[in-house]
Amino acid sequence: MKLYDTEIASRLLLGTAQYPSPDILSAAIRASGTEIITVSLRRETAHGSGGIFWDRLRQTGARILPNTAGCHSVQEAITTAQMAREVFDTNWIKLEVIGHADTLQPDVFALVEAARILSADGFQVFPYTTDDLVVGEHLIAAGCEVLMPWGAPIGSGQGLRNPDALRSMRAHFPNTPMIVDAGIGTPSDAAKAMELGMDAVLLNTAVAKAGDPVGMAQAMAGAIIAGRTGFLSDPMGPRDMAVPSTPYLGLAELG
Amino acid sequence: MKIFVNAQQHDIMGQTLAVALTELGLDSPAIATALNGSFVPRQNRETTSLAAGDRLEVLAPMQGG
Repeated sequence: MKLYDTEIASRLLLGTAQYPSPDILSAAIRASGTEIITVSLRRETAHGSGGIFWDRLRQTGARILPNTAGCHSVQEAITTAQMAREVFDTNWIKLEVIGHADTLQPDVFALVEAARILSADGFQVFPYTTDDLVVGEHLIAAGCEVLMPWGAPIGSGQGLRNPDALRSMRAHFPNTPMIVDAGIGTPSDAAKAMELGMDAVLLNTAVAKAGDPVGMAQAMAGAIIAGRTGFLSDPMGPRDMAVPSTPYLGLAELG
Repeated sequence: MKIFVNAQQHDIMGQTLAVALTELGLDSPAIATALNGSFVPRQNRETTSLAAGDRLEVLAPMQGG
């Protein structure tokens, strides 16, 4: 898949937060086969822990997608994006503008405005958005060439709460890469997203908070490949009644 | 002069952002700065003057989703 001008083979994007240890994080990144990892910016401490973490991430060889997590206004998101561009040396930004503290639901009005300003400033914006079709249209008009609708609230692990809306978005934006971001809990959730025709899945907590994050990273990678291959193979539709798969022809009369 | 660095009050001698960062021991190459809510690029740190009461944010890479 092509994200802006970059060709990416792996359809799994992985977050780097909440792992039991830095070594498990590195192992999970390797096991997932991901080419894109998300990171954030937080207040530096006097002992420079940010630099140590950054060195570890660079060793993975994955591309960095910095986020604006925790920003609640256009100005906060823009300043954070500018700071991220300098530190991580990338024009990519996962744009989050949070509108509600409990649901971490995006403030889509502020999101569109921030996306417009950042796109005009040369950023390649990956907007974390809802599954609202019209918001998607506004984001594309604002300069976004990727959409990242939520599956369910961040960290909830509820899977896809509204598959119909995602299906509508897919049909409406056939040529825009779409990444389900947030809400994935299990490998079957990730597979389902891919079966809907999504281009990729971004997840974090489902791997980081699994009992075995490295095993779960591998499972997610497999599920995403299975879901994608299934989508491309044109699945049969559901039927109301049973239809025997074994032919009647040649059936013996034994009664 | 007293300024706020990552929401903590500090009494610093340096008059510019670059000097203040050195004074504060925030010398990692993997940091970015914002003064009173606006981004200050690395190349502008030496020419950016500080005033009492300024709010300086110094951010570094961290785990994120």
